[in-house]
Amino acid sequence: MVKTYDVIIIGAGSIGVPTALALAQKSVKVGIIEENSSVGQGQNKRAIGGVRATHTAPAKIRLCNKSIEIFSTWEEKYGDDIEWFSGGYVFVAYTEDHEKMMKSNLKIQKEAGLNIDWVSKERIVELIPGIDEEGLRGGTFSPEDGNSSPLLSINAFYRKSKEFGAEYFFNESVTNIISNNNKVKGVITTKDRYEADYVINAAGAEAKEIGAMVGIDLPVTPDSHESGISEPVKKFIEPLVVDLRPGRGTLNFYFYQNCEGKFIFCLTPDPLILCKDTRETSAFLPQLAERLVNLIPRTKHLKIRRTWRGLYPMTPDGSPIVGKVNNIEGYINVVGLCGQGYMLGPGLGELIARIVTKDLSENDNKILEEFSLYRDFGRVEKLK
Amino acid sequence: MNFNEQKRITKHPVLEIPSSEIVYLYFDGKKLAAKKGEMLSSALIANNIDIFSYHQRDNSPQGISCANGQCAQCTVLVNGIAVKSCMTPVETGMEVETLIGAPSLSEEDKRVVESKTLVVEVDVLIIGAGPSGLQAALTLAEYGAKVLLIDDKDQLGGKLLLQTHKFFGSVEDSYAGTRGIDIAVLLGEKVRSSPNIEVWLSSPAIAVFSDKHVGVLMKEMYVLVKPRKLLIATGAREKMLAFPGNTLPGVYGAGAFQTLVNRDLVKSSNKVFIVGGGNVGIIAAYHAIQAGIDVVGVVEALPECGAYKVHEDKIRRLGVPIFTSHTIIAAHGKDKVDSVTISKIDENFKLIKGTEVTFNVDTILIAIGLDPVNEFHIKAEEAEMDVWSAGDAHEIAEASSAMFSGKIRGWEIALSLGLTKESVPIELKEKAAILKSKPGPVVENDISYENKGVYPIIRCNQEIPCNPCAAICPYNLIRILDGGLLGRPEYQKRGDEECIGCAQCVAICPGLAITLVDYNEDINYPKVTIPTELFEQKLEEGETLLVVDEHGQELGKYRVLRVRILKKFPKTQLVTIQLPKEIAPKAISFKTVQTEQFDPIEFNEEIIPDSAIICRCDRVTAGEIRALIKEGVRDANEIKAITRAGMGACGAKVCTSLIDRIFREEGVSREEYTPFTQRPLFVEVPLKHFLGYEEED
Repeated sequence: MVKTYDVIIIGAGSIGVPTALALAQKSVKVGIIEENSSVGQGQNKRAIGGVRATHTAPAKIRLCNKSIEIFSTWEEKYGDDIEWFSGGYVFVAYTEDHEKMMKSNLKIQKEAGLNIDWVSKERIVELIPGIDEEGLRGGTFSPEDGNSSPLLSINAFYRKSKEFGAEYFFNESVTNIISNNNKVKGVITTKDRYEADYVINAAGAEAKEIGAMVGIDLPVTPDSHESGISEPVKKFIEPLVVDLRPGRGTLNFYFYQNCEGKFIFCLTPDPLILCKDTRETSAFLPQLAERLVNLIPRTKHLKIRRTWRGLYPMTPDGSPIVGKVNNIEGYINVVGLCGQGYMLGPGLGELIARIVTKDLSENDNKILEEFSLYRDFGRVEKLK
Repeated sequence: MNFNEQKRITKHPVLEIPSSEIVYLYFDGKKLAAKKGEMLSSALIANNIDIFSYHQRDNSPQGISCANGQCAQCTVLVNGIAVKSCMTPVETGMEVETLIGAPSLSEEDKRVVESKTLVVEVDVLIIGAGPSGLQAALTLAEYGAKVLLIDDKDQLGGKLLLQTHKFFGSVEDSYAGTRGIDIAVLLGEKVRSSPNIEVWLSSPAIAVFSDKHVGVLMKEMYVLVKPRKLLIATGAREKMLAFPGNTLPGVYGAGAFQTLVNRDLVKSSNKVFIVGGGNVGIIAAYHAIQAGIDVVGVVEALPECGAYKVHEDKIRRLGVPIFTSHTIIAAHGKDKVDSVTISKIDENFKLIKGTEVTFNVDTILIAIGLDPVNEFHIKAEEAEMDVWSAGDAHEIAEASSAMFSGKIRGWEIALSLGLTKESVPIELKEKAAILKSKPGPVVENDISYENKGVYPIIRCNQEIPCNPCAAICPYNLIRILDGGLLGRPEYQKRGDEECIGCAQCVAICPGLAITLVDYNEDINYPKVTIPTELFEQKLEEGETLLVVDEHGQELGKYRVLRVRILKKFPKTQLVTIQLPKEIAPKAISFKTVQTEQFDPIEFNEEIIPDSAIICRCDRVTAGEIRALIKEGVRDANEIKAITRAGMGACGAKVCTSLIDRIFREEGVSREEYTPFTQRPLFVEVPLKHFLGYEEED
């Protein structure tokens, strides 16, 4: 028997699950195909959990503000603890260039509705006790940003979406997208065949392969970043800290202390490692130790518990590719999230739902224009 | 507490008590005496301190659990920094504190550090210097391979260091008849004197990376080792069991107990209860008795104990009750174990209501089996390294088998390195298979005893891989019935050649299952020589001892005629007594401990199995996990995401097999669910160690 849905989503990850929730809440019949055995087993569980509206692309600021609203009110609304903590984001500035760059972003950020400001060195030291003060010039602080557990939130979204009727199919992968007369008809998987008017590509690091099924060459290339988590220690840092300075073998790094007191950190390797390999490497821990201990000397006693690697499906300009395509009707991209799928997911999910139910606002259209597959990819996001 | 008043073992039938330097440390402000260099956890337990921390989540008290550096239950603060007390040697003046909740990071001065990681290349890296690792290193070294042998402990030998009993197995191949602790010394000396083997102690391997490097903390300095061949000889870890009260201080593994008692000479308990009637549990019971600790009982879920019959007999005849077809249902106590409740179970392992009994105990030892420490192997395979496993890391078996498997694996690796052209002979592999054999069925001894001459009576009534008695007999009058290693032994005269009464077989038998009967002087009152390892001092002529038969039946008190100690077996006293001819063939042992009758106390607690803790690190209960499985979850990683089980300090070492059990209880087989993703680090490591050799300015 052929299974029939209004929408089929490929991928039960950071994008697919909140999208399924938003659609199901609008009574759209949605099926989600996932190659792993449960939700969030691709890159979602590898995300460290930072949620910021601190970007320079207005569309991202708007969407993340929506996401923050969803994350921060979730427990109040539905009762599940997703460990949301409104600790803010701090970008620390140790160089004149970084100070200039951060300050120059403020205007566009504020215009897009972000609560952010430049704060003094003293304020930074207050926010990050024990931070290396030598050369510290200040930084930006966006107090409404925060963090949340990717594991708990995706499972909360998943369970809620099922209550609204979303249906998940695990351990099967899409082998083809069926279309007829440039119109999507459904998908074929390793186990079954599904009919649908819309097929949403939310396949994360596998998005390029899915796009190819409908003849679209997506400019999405995954690179691999290493992350880790520590033992819990008494919480003394509230915001997520971003240090944009390059180090030996690293472009930048960022970390926060989650609500249990565990430090979670990630660094961007230099040069980037373009691959889909998520096996841990021996390079990470010495690099991390050098950066974190130099920035906050007391972390030398912090015990590292576990490390892992996750993929950032990058686009040339650091912004995602979202929306319909020209050559085939009913196919929607939500791809190339550049490592920000987790924070953009809930906001994007609602936007996608409005594409399907044809409820798009003027603002939505602006966002979709900014994220169009057909945009000029030459303008690079500064805080990617 | 004064050192002399502490819970220390000061006399032991088998173990030497070395003199040690006494130092002082402070625990929560109180001054305590301890042995310099001993593990802090042992020093605390000797000082009657059983609670090391209170859990961040629910403030529950935490005590020793693995005593093996694997979990983090024994964490305390030392000079303000959280450390595992079981891996931290005592130093004078240490300020130790109970850890309450999460530790704080104390302020540190800034200094610019650059991380520099040493990379070491070797032919073969062997992780684990226990029986299989040592033997593999020796074999490889003989073939000329350059070997790096690492171990997380500060001594060579691994679990051999805990084994005070004489080993079973084959004399020619695996030191049968020699004590584990002595084998550790023998192999250790050989390893030390080999120019081809470099040894790093106190150096845990913490990760195997995709770039084919093994991360090692060499005495706290992070080093990357790049081996051509990697041998995992990491042994096994103890399985935990889920029952209410299972994380109370005082509930721990039998291996942890042996570490405290046999390695660290701490009299950790007064009354223990043992869960599991396999070799580990039964041997731990005997070790407890040797250390002067009462064994209140042993429960075994199956109708028969899995231990070798000779081991089981040794404790039965001392009066230790073994409750077969029983299981533990709860440990009780507020901050520490004060009692245990067991229940009879039916053939489907269901509890039989109304059969619960409770005993007062201060310690419950879990000895329900072992899991291979295989995370290294899994990650090395993922990294496509040339990786091998030996010993328990490969397959759980006795230590004798581990040594043998180390030898074979060493040979195979030498072959793969091109250091030999000869492949491992088939006979060796066959022998390896025999050494892994499970014990056969118990058969009745139906030997008719002659009332003349002198001869050994061998009460070895089960097929086990063991041959020391046959190997040691100077006239080859004891033979293994199947002609190999596995059969039962039998004494037989050969023409004129007969037993000369040298008693070497009596002294060497690991099961203490051989006696010597001598009718030469008096047919009606033959002399019987009985081996014993229960007395701390050499017995005196004229002392009277209570003699028992193999079932523990008392045969009466008799005077010691003579005590012999053979040079080769200095800790086995051979005690000769004179007995009436009717009972002489039956006598096998002395009953030393006037085993107290441990009466059950009243049991009136509601059993809530769902309240049992599955994940000790994050205090996740069986009920939470079961609910998810019932909901349809078929991915252990989803259980991890939602409950945090598997995300703790131990890295899912404890909960993996328990969660598997709940899946199976819910009718979900191993093939029907996705297991945990395995990730480094295998133990938590402070960031400072990754700085490698530091450069300060």
